[in-house]
Amino acid sequence: MTLQIAVKHAFTGFDLDVGIQAPPGVTVLFGPSGSGKTTLINAVAGLLRPDSGRIAADGWVLLDTNARRNLAPHRRRIGYIFQEGRLFPHLTVRQNLLYGRWFAPRDARSERLPRVVEMLGIGQLLERRPGALSGGEKQRVAIGRALLSGPKLILADEPLAALDEARKAEILPYFERLRDEVSVPILYVSHSSSEVARLATTVVALKAGRVVACGPPAKVLGDVAVVGARGAASVLTARVVAHHADGLSELATAAGPLWLPRVDEAPGKTIRVRIAAQEVILSRARPEGLSALNILCGRIIDIRLGDGPGALVVLAVGEDRLTARITRRSAEAMGLAAGQTCHAIIKSVAVAPEDVGTGRIQEAAE
Amino acid sequence: MWETVASWLGPDEWQAVRLSIQVSLWATLTSLPLGIFIAYALARWEFPGKQVLNGIVHLPLILPPVVTGYLLLLTFGRRGTVGQFLDQWFGIVLSFRWTGAALAAAIMAFPLMVRAIRLAIEAVDPKLEAAASTLGASKPWVFVTVTLPLILPGVIAGAILAFAKAIGEFGATITFVSNIPGQTQTIPSAIYAFLQVPGGEEAASRLVIVAVVIAMAALLLSEFVARRVANVVAGS
Repeated sequence: MTLQIAVKHAFTGFDLDVGIQAPPGVTVLFGPSGSGKTTLINAVAGLLRPDSGRIAADGWVLLDTNARRNLAPHRRRIGYIFQEGRLFPHLTVRQNLLYGRWFAPRDARSERLPRVVEMLGIGQLLERRPGALSGGEKQRVAIGRALLSGPKLILADEPLAALDEARKAEILPYFERLRDEVSVPILYVSHSSSEVARLATTVVALKAGRVVACGPPAKVLGDVAVVGARGAASVLTARVVAHHADGLSELATAAGPLWLPRVDEAPGKTIRVRIAAQEVILSRARPEGLSALNILCGRIIDIRLGDGPGALVVLAVGEDRLTARITRRSAEAMGLAAGQTCHAIIKSVAVAPEDVGTGRIQEAAE
Repeated sequence: MWETVASWLGPDEWQAVRLSIQVSLWATLTSLPLGIFIAYALARWEFPGKQVLNGIVHLPLILPPVVTGYLLLLTFGRRGTVGQFLDQWFGIVLSFRWTGAALAAAIMAFPLMVRAIRLAIEAVDPKLEAAASTLGASKPWVFVTVTLPLILPGVIAGAILAFAKAIGEFGATITFVSNIPGQTQTIPSAIYAFLQVPGGEEAASRLVIVAVVIAMAALLLSEFVARRVANVVAGS
């Protein structure tokens, strides 16, 4: 199922005018606050009626202002995971989880409570009330509640934004499981590029109410127009080979081995690794006697000079792209040019745990 | 013990106490659904004439009770427009009956009830109701499963406040339905009547004690119930 969204809505200050497609998997709406992400997702949920637009998927029409069709929120069959959880304070966790299921049509009750409880690890919380839960626990219950309502589509509005770093690390894997184990498309709002790198199948970058870029995460996160030169990053696919006694994990990429601080995935698993462009050093010759453990070999496919002193060099590393942010001066001194072979040096400790996620990067249809 | 209390009040006094409780219970319970509806409309909806409705609801609070009673007599009395209609079509007569006393008490207590419930509704986060609608609950279901449980402490507080006000209602009641023992003579009218005759002070003071006890009991009960409900609602 591919969701087609075309929405126009006028606000004081800016206009939202967006046309996007959300293919199966996780589509991340990415952008700074005030770019219209939440407005868009609320229009999909039916909580906001845009001035004009059409939202539909495979003949299932949620909104069509031309045909005067605007499905009420409760008829849309959408599981919405809110930033603040929005659990019902007067109901127990179990009652919260089963709330949407009670209203779902019989044939949509395929998700069973035990499976969801097991998947989210909330078995001990069932008889508690939301007031007695931590932020991370609340958010897991909110995910389960949305899932059990038998949705055709899941919306998540910055579900990690209200959590501290430790809680974020606790919840992100559940979204990865959601993406990999549940066949429902997910529309996920975020302004964090590490969330994008870990979760996204497709990224739609928004700025001031317009789509500025759209595509697989590796492409959008390397796009300076979206993330700015400082935020540029790449997403590499890697397979876990082994965990070593010194606390490092060995991974295999198309361009050679990659050593990272221990990752929480079993050997054999494919993971995605976000590497910030400013953490990458380039060398024409293969360097020796370095402290950095990772030297990946690739071919230069693009050099983008910015207005400032910086330059972004994009290497083809197997099927992936690796972006390095270096100075213009270095690029000129080294005589870098497209087509050359180049070595990229990455410190193991430059990759933080939140940059490592599970799942293959699927090439989304563009 | 019960015997002593029972014989402590004379039959006329008992009649007044029983009638007061009957009138106040009816006044409170029958006006409660309308009170919740009006409070919800005032808290959540935007419609033309909202301020006018708000003014009408609050009018009995600021008008002299005698004026309210007289207006009731004009509309719901036997010759009044509404009264005539009710009499002819349904055989319902309100004037000079206990049902009329209940109507007067309900109208006098209505602003207090609506204010308490409206405050409770305004304290409910509409985001919770939006969340319920995305989970498949239609508007009536959202109200029953989310809004109503969350405002329950306010509803109970409003109802008990209205009950206490109804017990003490005097001016509108005596103007609209007079002071007929066994029919419309509630505790305040009975106290008034006893004070008009020589030697009635003793009976009057007994009823004063009863009135104080009922008011205190209602207040304590409302505190207790509202706290219990609030704990459940707040989720601890």
